[in-house]
Amino acid sequence: MCEVCGCGDPEIVPVDVHESLLAGNDHRARHNREHLAGHGVLSVNLMGSPGAGKTAILEATARASGGWALGAITADLATERDAERLRAAGIPSHGITTGSVCHLDAALVHDALHRFPWHRLDVLFIENVGNLVCPAIYDLGQAANVVALSVTEGEDKPLKYPVMFRRADLVLLTKVDLLPHLPGVRVEAIEDALARVMPVPAMIPVSATTTEGVALWLEWLAARRDQVAASRARGSAGRALGEPGARE
Amino acid sequence: MHEWSLVQSLLSRVEEEARKHGAVAVRRLEVSIGELAGVEPALFDSAYELFRTDTLCSNARLEIRYVPARWVCGQCGARVAEGAALWCTGCDGPARLAAGDGIVLERIELEVP
Repeated sequence: MCEVCGCGDPEIVPVDVHESLLAGNDHRARHNREHLAGHGVLSVNLMGSPGAGKTAILEATARASGGWALGAITADLATERDAERLRAAGIPSHGITTGSVCHLDAALVHDALHRFPWHRLDVLFIENVGNLVCPAIYDLGQAANVVALSVTEGEDKPLKYPVMFRRADLVLLTKVDLLPHLPGVRVEAIEDALARVMPVPAMIPVSATTTEGVALWLEWLAARRDQVAASRARGSAGRALGEPGARE
Repeated sequence: MHEWSLVQSLLSRVEEEARKHGAVAVRRLEVSIGELAGVEPALFDSAYELFRTDTLCSNARLEIRYVPARWVCGQCGARVAEGAALWCTGCDGPARLAAGDGIVLERIELEVP
């Protein structure tokens, strides 16, 4: 740099970006969402702590759902044990081992969708890595977020992990058959905590062991599935009329 | 741990802008992190320190602006008190998050020869 007049000094150029650092993931998630919704598949991102009972609820769902075509993508840091359990329960499943990665992202799900026949499913469950923190911030392209919260985790869990519960469309309060053994856990206190972190709180108490609440959970899924089917029908009507979106 | 992958997104986004403007280095970065973004500012900062070595950002100062969560009624816009139920009793309707859920690259200062 010239010390006399400063010539040769670099010019400082400010650039306003104002762009989310998740923009790349969100773009891939939109792509997944279009494909899933375009085939009329209800996709559910199932999140919760390790051991909250995510896999057990899906096993109970398979036992109770009758003729539904269910499928699952499962994720853990190591092993495909959840996928194996679900296959044994009659749910075709694809396991993703994430190594050291603490969450699924839209690219991992997209890759899994290429390896797994999902096009004719009624419901595709994406069983996320057991973790109440990181999975919350990554959109996968799901139609709904469901968080499994087990009664043994304590009444104040929603207050401690507001980012996760804020994004939940539904909380499944799992293992409610254990409530008689947990004098310090009141369902009303959990509902109160949820109301402080979820704008529209929705909770179904369930037990995979006694099947309590499983019928209500299936009703919730059926209603969501009908919404996906209705918007798909509107979409194909739009395409037939040559409206924007006709080209995929 | 997702702070690591977010910092990698940050660095590649910044390098893209630098290329576009023919910059040789980056002087300063401004990132805003919302209270409900699910991103820990201290971890984000230490991930940045780790990953910026040998990049265009090796001498770039990272400024993090923390954005508190702000819930308001979805209808009347009244503020919901911190920690209260996310429901407007006046309108009998749900609150919406007006600020505090983003992780955003706001501004870059590039050094252009």
